[in-house]
Amino acid sequence: MDTAMLIEKSALVLLLFLISLGVAAYQTYFERKLAAWIQDRVGPDRAGPFGILQPIADGTKMFLKEDFIPAKADKWLFIIGPGISMFTALITSAVVPWGTNLNLFGRDISLQVADFNIGILFVFGVVSIGVYGIMIGGWASNNKYSLYGAIRASSQMISYELAMGISAITIVMLSGSLSLNDIVKSQHGMNWNIFYQPVAFFIFFITSLAELNRAPFDLPECESELIGGYHTEYSSMKLGLYLFSEYTSMFVSSAIMAILFFGGYNFPGMDAFSGNTLAILSIAAFALKIFLFIFVIMWIRWTIPRFRFDQLMHLGWKVLIPVAIVNMLITGLVVAWNQGWM
Amino acid sequence: MESLTNRKKVVSDKPMTLWEKIYIPAIVGGMMTTFKHMLRRRKTIKYPEETRVFAPVYRGQHVLKRDEQGRENCTACGLCAVACPAEAITMTSAERKKGEEHLYREEKYASSYEINMLRCIFCGLCEEACPKEAVFLTDRIVTTEFERDEFIYGKDKLVEAIDDRIDITKRQFTGKRTEK
Repeated sequence: MDTAMLIEKSALVLLLFLISLGVAAYQTYFERKLAAWIQDRVGPDRAGPFGILQPIADGTKMFLKEDFIPAKADKWLFIIGPGISMFTALITSAVVPWGTNLNLFGRDISLQVADFNIGILFVFGVVSIGVYGIMIGGWASNNKYSLYGAIRASSQMISYELAMGISAITIVMLSGSLSLNDIVKSQHGMNWNIFYQPVAFFIFFITSLAELNRAPFDLPECESELIGGYHTEYSSMKLGLYLFSEYTSMFVSSAIMAILFFGGYNFPGMDAFSGNTLAILSIAAFALKIFLFIFVIMWIRWTIPRFRFDQLMHLGWKVLIPVAIVNMLITGLVVAWNQGWM
Repeated sequence: MESLTNRKKVVSDKPMTLWEKIYIPAIVGGMMTTFKHMLRRRKTIKYPEETRVFAPVYRGQHVLKRDEQGRENCTACGLCAVACPAEAITMTSAERKKGEEHLYREEKYASSYEINMLRCIFCGLCEEACPKEAVFLTDRIVTTEFERDEFIYGKDKLVEAIDDRIDITKRQFTGKRTEK
């Protein structure tokens, strides 16, 4: 690894970090606006034109709040909890290919921080660690509601991760690779996986909502039953980090869904362009797809009421997993047939 | 049995059909509804910049009127205080001295007249009870204060200024009261 490469990757990491945080901040704004529109309201419109400075005001407020640690709480775990959540939310973006190669200063720069050959496994691994942030936070708070929220989060995670993994396996079968870069390249132009695997996409989307703790699967943090769930005892920027990590992981998992099923940075008619034009257009196409996913996730949140816990388990174990397995078997047979193994 | 209202609904617990059990069509239907709401026009009135238009007969902060020559109409008869269901009005009366004819219309006047705006329910009965056309409710809003005693409005706040009359013509829809 030469020095230029080191600089280039560091710059990319820093840029991604800032973009992730910026996007997460403006997701909160967009979410509030969207909620307002759906409920025939105006939404935040006081801070700056159209309330565009609202996230900055919210962030400042979070920083200025009293940072309170309950007396009976496990202090170190209490502090580590939000950190783990944020860390896992941010680190997933390292394997995402954000666009085709960009040519700057005579160098071909890959817009992917790390091209692991097991990118998709890495994503699943990190996402599963993410639940530890919630679990530790809920446990360390020494509050029964927090603990309930944490237990719900982990049981929900376990139930839905299976169906999610199985539906992602079909994509790995189709592209023949675990690397996210290869998966994106196999969907060149308009050859997107959604056209081959609509069922898998559907399951993946639902399980992603559950993994993100988003409505209608936001049981770990439901206000009405658990007064906020695992972050009941948190205040100030620790609470801010939890909320922020939720939005960051929403951004990243929208990116993952776009990569696995909607061709990542590919867009129809991309062969007409080349070089930096292609790179910029591909980034724009990818950003648009991510935006649409975020929009749909928020739209769902403000439409559908929360599931009951037994309904959640029923949906996970008795519906999604069998459907995902059947889908995987059929895909396997078709792939084997096409390859001439049968 | 004939129902008294048209809101009667027949309750049924039929088992759900497969279409309903899939649940997806219902979700899509719900999402379409919320999408329609997204495109709807907002009815919000952005308060400090825009204010809601009041009805002509809106009952807001009171005013104690003067006549055309600038003399106070109120004679401290106390009928408004008697009529007031919230017992918000108190007053003391005094006799007009010589040389005060330009201040008070009749021989008796209210030396103090207080309305507790926290007690007042803005029913307008004081206005109806008043035989001298002295007290009226207007379309002005009682402002917020930090202390309770600041809500007890005395004559300094209630009596209109001679050079800054409060328009109450909008309220005289019966045609009974001719003067402003």
